[in-house]
Amino acid sequence: MSHEDVLNPKSMPHEPEKATLEGKNKFIGLWFFLGGETVLFASLFGTYLALKDSTHNGPSTHDLYELGLVFLMTILLLTSSLTSVYAMYHMKNNDYKKMQLWLAITALLGIGFLACEIYEFSHYIIGEGFTFRSSAFGSAFYALIGFHGGHVLFGLCWLMSLMVRNAKRGLNLYNAPKFNTFSLYWHFIDVVWVFIFTVVYLMGKVG
Amino acid sequence: MSTVAQKRGLGATLWEYLTTIDHKKIAHLYLIGGGLFFILGGLEAVIIRIQLIKPENDFISAGLYNEMITMHGTTMIFLAAMPIILGIMNAVLPLQIGARDVAFPFLNSLGFWLFMFGGILLNTSWFLGGAPDGGWTSYASFALTSPTHGIDFYVMGLQLAGAGTLMGGINFLATVVNMRAPGMTYMRMPLFTWASFITSVLILFAFPAFTVALFLLMFDRMFGTAFFDVALGGNTVIWQHLFWIFGHPEVYILILPIFGLFSDIFSTFSRKRLFGYTAMVFATMLIAFLGFMVWAHHMFTVGLGPVANSIFAIGTMAIAVPTGIKIFNWLATMWGGSVKINSAMLWALGFIPSFTIGGMTGVMLGSAVADFQYHDTYFVVAHFHYVIVGGTVFGIFAGLHYWWPKMFGRILHEGLGKLTFWTFFIGFHLTFFIQHFLGLMGMPRRYWVFLKGQELDVGNFISTIGAFFMSFAVIVFLINIIITARSEKAPADPWDGRTLEWAISSPPPFYNFEQLPLTRGLDPLWIEKSEGNGKMIPAEPLDDIHMPNNSILPFLMSLGFFIAGFGFIFQTDNKLWYIVLYAGMAFAFVCMFIRSFKDDTGYFVKKEDLEREGE
Repeated sequence: MSHEDVLNPKSMPHEPEKATLEGKNKFIGLWFFLGGETVLFASLFGTYLALKDSTHNGPSTHDLYELGLVFLMTILLLTSSLTSVYAMYHMKNNDYKKMQLWLAITALLGIGFLACEIYEFSHYIIGEGFTFRSSAFGSAFYALIGFHGGHVLFGLCWLMSLMVRNAKRGLNLYNAPKFNTFSLYWHFIDVVWVFIFTVVYLMGKVG
Repeated sequence: MSTVAQKRGLGATLWEYLTTIDHKKIAHLYLIGGGLFFILGGLEAVIIRIQLIKPENDFISAGLYNEMITMHGTTMIFLAAMPIILGIMNAVLPLQIGARDVAFPFLNSLGFWLFMFGGILLNTSWFLGGAPDGGWTSYASFALTSPTHGIDFYVMGLQLAGAGTLMGGINFLATVVNMRAPGMTYMRMPLFTWASFITSVLILFAFPAFTVALFLLMFDRMFGTAFFDVALGGNTVIWQHLFWIFGHPEVYILILPIFGLFSDIFSTFSRKRLFGYTAMVFATMLIAFLGFMVWAHHMFTVGLGPVANSIFAIGTMAIAVPTGIKIFNWLATMWGGSVKINSAMLWALGFIPSFTIGGMTGVMLGSAVADFQYHDTYFVVAHFHYVIVGGTVFGIFAGLHYWWPKMFGRILHEGLGKLTFWTFFIGFHLTFFIQHFLGLMGMPRRYWVFLKGQELDVGNFISTIGAFFMSFAVIVFLINIIITARSEKAPADPWDGRTLEWAISSPPPFYNFEQLPLTRGLDPLWIEKSEGNGKMIPAEPLDDIHMPNNSILPFLMSLGFFIAGFGFIFQTDNKLWYIVLYAGMAFAFVCMFIRSFKDDTGYFVKKEDLEREGE
C-alpha cells in the first residue's frame, strides 16, 4: 500500500482502523497496554484498601464523601464513553464531520468530569484539611483518584491533539487507528472509574 | 535513501545508532549498554568479595559496602541481565518468526533509550552524594530514612528503565501476535520465541506493580506522603507486597527466555527436533502462571500467618514440576542425537547441573518452616546466584556464542570461548557452592564484616578466589570479542541450524527477508534442508518493501525525562530545582507532540533495487 493510498484512500474499508498492519499493531498493542494498566490500578486499589482506615484522627470515608457529586461525575464519564462509541460508529461509516462532533462532545464531558474532580479535591483540602500528606488514608486516596484523574487529563490532551492535528483533513487509514486507540483507552478509563465509584465511594459510605 | 551499503564515517555511524529503529541495531545498543553495566556490576561484586576475603577486613567502610551490594544487585538485574536478554530478543525474535521488523520500531528505540538514561541516572548517584544503600529490594522501612539522595536515584532511575522495559514487552507481544510470516503458526514457533513471548506477558503484568511501588516511595521521600510512614498510619509491608508481586515474576523474566534459548541450542547441536515441544511450551506457560502466585515466599518471616505461608510454600514447590519437565526434555533431546560440543553447547551443558542445584535449594527455601533458618543468610545468596548466574548468565553466554555470527557476522573464537567457559564454570562453583555452607553455619547476608574464630574464614577466602576466576573469564571473553572482530566473515548458517534466522545472511540485510518465507512446520529451515531444497520457499512475489524512518525523537524524549529526574531528586533541597523538573518534562512532552503531529509513514525499498542487489 503506497503512502498515497494510506493518506488519501480512494475508498474507505469498513474497518479503516484495522486496514493497515500499523493499524492492527496499534489495536493489539493498546489492548496489551491496558492489560498492564489493569495491574497498575489494581496495585493502587490494593494500597487504598489497606490504608483507608488509617485516618490518623482526620476525617474518615464516611465524613468526607458526597455521593451527589460523585454520582454527577459518574454520569459525565459514563456518557462520555457512550459518545466516543458514537464517534467510532461514524468513523466506520466514513462520516468525518459527525465523528469530530461526537469527539468534541466526549471532550466536553471529560472536561466536566475533571472540573468536578478539581472541585472535590479543593473542597477536601481547604474545607476539611484532608490532604495528600495528612494521613496514610489521604495519601492512598489522592494516589488512586489522582492517578485516574491524571489518566483522564492525559486522555483529554491526546484527544484534543488528535482533533486539532486532523481538523483540516479527512479520515484516512493513517489517522483512523489513532482515533480508535484513543477510544479504547477512554473506555478503559471509564471502567476504572466504575470500580472507583463502587470500591472507594459506595463502600466508603456504606461499608 | 539508497539501499546500497556505504562506508560511513564515525560521526555518521554514531548518528545512525542514535536514530536507529532497526531491531538489529537496537539489539547491538542493548548488548553494548547491558555489557557496560555488566562490567560495572561485576567490579562491584569483586569489591564486595575483596572486602570479605578475610575476617574484620577494612577494605571499604560499612556505608560504602551497603552501597556496593545495593548497586551490584540493582545493576546486575535491571541494567545488565534484562537489557542483554532484551538485546538477544531484539536480534533474534523477529528473524525467528520471519518478520521484517518489530511491531513498533519507534517504541523499540524509545524503550532502549529510557533504559539507558535510567541506568546512567542511577549510576550518577556515585558522584552526587552517594549511591542507594537500601539493598536491591529497598525495603521502605530503611529506604525512607536513608539520609543521602541514593534512594531517590534508585526510584527515578528504575522508573525510567522500567518504563523502557514495559515498552519492550508490549512491542514483542504485538510483534508475535501480528507479524508472523505465512505458515508460522503459534505451535511452529521456535522455543526461544515462545519463551520470549511468555516473558513479555510477565513483563506486562509484573512491571506496573513496581511502577506503583516506586511512585509511592517517591511520594513518601520527595513529597511528604505517608504510605509507609507508620507514624501517620502507613504500612511498610505494602512495599514488600508490591515489590515482590513484581519481583518474583521478575526472576522468571530473567530465566524463561534463557530456557527457550537453551532449547534451541540443544536441538541444533544434537541435530534433533526438540523432545516434547508441546510439553515445553505448556511448561513455560505454567511456570509463568505459577510465578505470579508465589511472591509471598519472599516474606515468610514477615508474619503473614501459617495459612498464607503454607499456601505460598506449596505454590513454590509446585513450580519444580514444570521446571523438571524442562530439564528432562533437554536431556531427552540430547539422548540419541549426534551431539556436537562447542562453546555454546558447553554453556548449555554446564547450565543443567548448576541450575538444578539452584532449583533444589529453591525447594528447600520454599519450605516455610525451614526458611526461618535460612532467611537472610548466605544460603539465600548462594541459591539465587545459582539460578541467576548458573541460569541467566550461563544462558546469556550460550546465546551470545550461538547468535554472535547472526548479530555481528563473525564466529567467536572457539578456543577462547572454551577457556571462558571453564574458568567461569569453575570460578562460579568455587564462589557460590561454599556459600550454602557459610549460610547454614549462620553467616548473615549484607554484613560488611564477619568475625574471627567462627570458622567462616576459609569458606569466604575460597569464595573470593572464585570471584577472581570469573573476572578472568569475562576478560577472556572481551578479548575474544576484539579478536573476533578481525576474523573472517561468518556464513549464513554456520551451525547447520533449524530455524528461520539461519536462512538469511549473517548479518541480515536491514529488511531481513527479501521475500517473506513460507513455514511448513516446526524447524522450517530443517524441513527444507531434509527435503533437499536447502533454502526457504518464498511466500510472496518480490515486491517493494515498506520500512519505517529513523528518528532522533526517542533519544530526545528520554533525555528530557532524564533531566527531569534530577529536578525531582534535588527539589527537596532547593525549590529552584523545580525549574529543571519542569524544563525536562516540557522538553519530553514537546518531543511527544512533534511525534504525534508529524506524519511518519515510512519509506519503500524499491523492487528494482532489491533485484539489482540480488545480482
